[in-house]
Amino acid sequence: MKKVTALTLACLIAASLLLSGCSVRRDDTTAAGTNSSGSTKRVVNVCSWGEYIDEDLIDRFEEETGITVNYQTAESNEALYSLLKTGAGDYDVIVPSDYMIARLISEDMLAELNYDNIPNYALIDEQYKGLNFDPDNKYTVPYTWGTLGIIYNTSMVDEEITSWDAMFDSKYAGSVLMIRNSRDALAAALLDLGYSLNTTDEEEIRQAYALLSDAKSKGVYQGFVMDEVFQKMEGGNAAIAMYYAGDYLTMLENNEDLAFVIPEEGSNWFVDAMCVLKNAQHKEEAEAWINFIASTEANLANMDYIWYASPNAEALAEYPAYYEETYGEELDMGLYEIMAAPQEVLDRCEIYENLPAPVLTLYNDLWTELGI
Amino acid sequence: MKHKLSRFAIPYVVWMALFVVAPILLVVVYAFSSANGGFTLANFARMRTYTVVFTRSFKLAIIATAVCLLIGYPVSYMMSREGERFQRVAMVLIMLPMWMNFLLRTYSWMSILENNGLLNQFFQHIGLISLYNQIAARFAADPAAYVPITHFQMIGTPGAVVLGMVYNYLPFMILPIYSVIIKLDASLIEAARDLGASTVQVFRRVILPLSLPGVLSGITMVFVPSVSTFAISKMLGGGTEMLLGDLIEQQFLGGAYNPQLGAAISLVMMVIVVVCMVVMNRFGEGEEQAVML
Amino acid sequence: MKRKGTFLSRLFMALVFVFLYAPIALLIIFSFNAGSSNTVWKGFSLDWYGKLFHNRLIMQSVYTTLLVSLLATVIATVAGTFAAIGFYAMRRRVRQPLMTVNNIPMMNADIVTGVSLCLFFVAVFNGWHGFAVWFNQAQRLFILEENLHLGFGTLLIAHIGFNIPYVILSVGPKLRQMDKNLVDAAQDLGCTWMQAFRKVILPEIMPGIVSGALTAFTMSIDDFVISYFTAGSSASTLAMTIYGMTKKRVSPQINAISTLLFLTVLILLAIVNLREARQERLSARRAG
Repeated sequence: MKKVTALTLACLIAASLLLSGCSVRRDDTTAAGTNSSGSTKRVVNVCSWGEYIDEDLIDRFEEETGITVNYQTAESNEALYSLLKTGAGDYDVIVPSDYMIARLISEDMLAELNYDNIPNYALIDEQYKGLNFDPDNKYTVPYTWGTLGIIYNTSMVDEEITSWDAMFDSKYAGSVLMIRNSRDALAAALLDLGYSLNTTDEEEIRQAYALLSDAKSKGVYQGFVMDEVFQKMEGGNAAIAMYYAGDYLTMLENNEDLAFVIPEEGSNWFVDAMCVLKNAQHKEEAEAWINFIASTEANLANMDYIWYASPNAEALAEYPAYYEETYGEELDMGLYEIMAAPQEVLDRCEIYENLPAPVLTLYNDLWTELGI
Repeated sequence: MKHKLSRFAIPYVVWMALFVVAPILLVVVYAFSSANGGFTLANFARMRTYTVVFTRSFKLAIIATAVCLLIGYPVSYMMSREGERFQRVAMVLIMLPMWMNFLLRTYSWMSILENNGLLNQFFQHIGLISLYNQIAARFAADPAAYVPITHFQMIGTPGAVVLGMVYNYLPFMILPIYSVIIKLDASLIEAARDLGASTVQVFRRVILPLSLPGVLSGITMVFVPSVSTFAISKMLGGGTEMLLGDLIEQQFLGGAYNPQLGAAISLVMMVIVVVCMVVMNRFGEGEEQAVML
Repeated sequence: MKRKGTFLSRLFMALVFVFLYAPIALLIIFSFNAGSSNTVWKGFSLDWYGKLFHNRLIMQSVYTTLLVSLLATVIATVAGTFAAIGFYAMRRRVRQPLMTVNNIPMMNADIVTGVSLCLFFVAVFNGWHGFAVWFNQAQRLFILEENLHLGFGTLLIAHIGFNIPYVILSVGPKLRQMDKNLVDAAQDLGCTWMQAFRKVILPEIMPGIVSGALTAFTMSIDDFVISYFTAGSSASTLAMTIYGMTKKRVSPQINAISTLLFLTVLILLAIVNLREARQERLSARRAG
């Protein structure tokens, strides 16, 4: 009999630990709060990408609204998806890219937004609304848009790079950084082979994979990187990398030798948009955050800090003036056009579409195999 | 009386059932399930593709363990022959780095081994790189076409990964060996010497066999984390040479979500490690000891 | 046995210590760098320390790390001591399989432990979700939280889980060294079993408990992998924060926090050792 009591006691202790642990966590997230005016502290958990926000905006939002922002970052769209699926990520707002948004919507993981709480949505340029990932504008508020391209160090590469070939050329063995997410890496290979980056043809995808793995086995790649690219390219530790236009402009501030090119075969242009997860616990706070970030002021600050083009038409148009006012010098229009690619460049680029499930599995499997 | 005390263990037994046994059973269940929940062996069928990763991981981990043993055993032995105060300070010095998280230490190696890093700067400074270039140019098939190197490639190589493992896990080798050697009965050694054994003989016939349990637990404590690491290989290996840990991490929190496959790989790795340990412990008559500290 | 080491062995040890400490020394030196590089020295400054104290993410994760390590150490030490006594009192036939299970978290690769716990917690949470939804619909008295997430609680459980075996491992031998008749004698003299435990067993095994606690704390502080899989997104230990930062641009604030950690540990250890040395000297004098 005594054993039974001891057993139940032990179970109770374990269970209470589990539960109290969870409530401890909740205290913990709110403990970060700065003001104690409200009766209950309001929190919003945001998950974005690294180097993807002017952090002053977080402080400003907290001051204005009294909502504490728990700001986290994921490495890539695919990693974000894993975080959400394993249950390791407990977020309210996420900022995935177009194709991942489509996937999340198709898997019923996003909540429909109440646009009445997001008046600043009206400021978003029509061009970025109703795109294929959210055709009815129910789930998303665009955050930034931009292009993917090749960044290279002109002091280490003698020629002008114009083609995706550079990413697979053994001439540059050991000094190329390949991007560490399956979609972008395979897109580079697909484009280099002259295929569409949205192809669902298994044969084409396998050819692209072969190109990548061949280059890898020849030692072309110094590494597979995401945001490590900043340090490596700025420090001159690698000569060629593929990354996003906005991040190139950030690197350029620290290393003047870097150049950016959207290869002649075309490239990807993307929209990253803010969404709220279906099981979000702080939906109201999430919408307040989204509204704040969509404002022209926040978009200007963000654009100035992360160099990704804003979907807010007003902010995008005002930016050169804003730059001149802030820094007292004129904005180099060449840079502006890298950030906000003009229409003739976008015409060469394609936006990613969500791929059907079997193709996604193929991407996953090939990507895992590439690592080998 | 004694058996009444055994009740003290009941909460912990329940705890183990919940937080040790149940989770591992869950890994087994996952390993045999398909993405939509049915029973399948497909996850294991795919394992053949990953043999390369298995062999690479085991190879690097074995090298790292061997290096740790080659450094760790002499250090432990030499330490045990020093004065008491020296020993105490040395122990603290070996423990101390562990109190800084191993990621901090690995991060420091990143900036040392980088192409423009401190070590390459140093080599540049003392002229090692130009010396290498002169020699290499002379021996190159076509000296005119020889492209001089600007740095030694260190980061992103398997060597860097092994270095990271050795650096991080060396204390795990030294501590158990040292704690066994220090407990050796001094009279045994004296007796051996009285019976005419030379220092080398004393070491080979007495100290070495008696310190074997420490060596075995040292090997386990270095080998297991080495074979399953993912942070070290990612930070120092550049992500081109994937290890088992990277492969597993990728399936759960990384860029290729597939927990069933991840569970299967974990399971296979676990089984191989357990088999290795059992076989190895056969040699060292399974004592449940060799405590660290 | 106690012969002074030769010059060569001293040299060898010195080299090993240089190997162990050179990277740490570099971290410390570059924490005072005016520039943001870890390889180019741009002059002395304390900027990074100032920035460190304003970095909420780092400070919060230092706090989480210390809190989880301390709590886990305390809980694991108490639980592990009791468990060790329980194991000690068991028949060998029962103890053997339990000790094997107890060794699993130590022998298992961290990543397997982490992954298995992650899967387990999520499965429990999913089950709980179903139960809570049903329960909340069935009645109105208590409202149960429906959505549980990985967080500080799961992190703590994981840390306790991998700490307890180390405590048992260092308490167990002390129990076996104890004179088996002591407890019986105490009881014969009229002690209740609680008194026997407090007055007889506990003092005997104290050194084992202390070293077990110390090991547990070291393991908690040094852990990254298990935390990474069990902490979820809302709690982040220092190791997780650093790992996240090494994926981005690394700021020398990391060097600054390393330096502070190192100094803290150094000072603590120095105090402990000085005290021990003084006590030994005192007792030696008393004995002499």
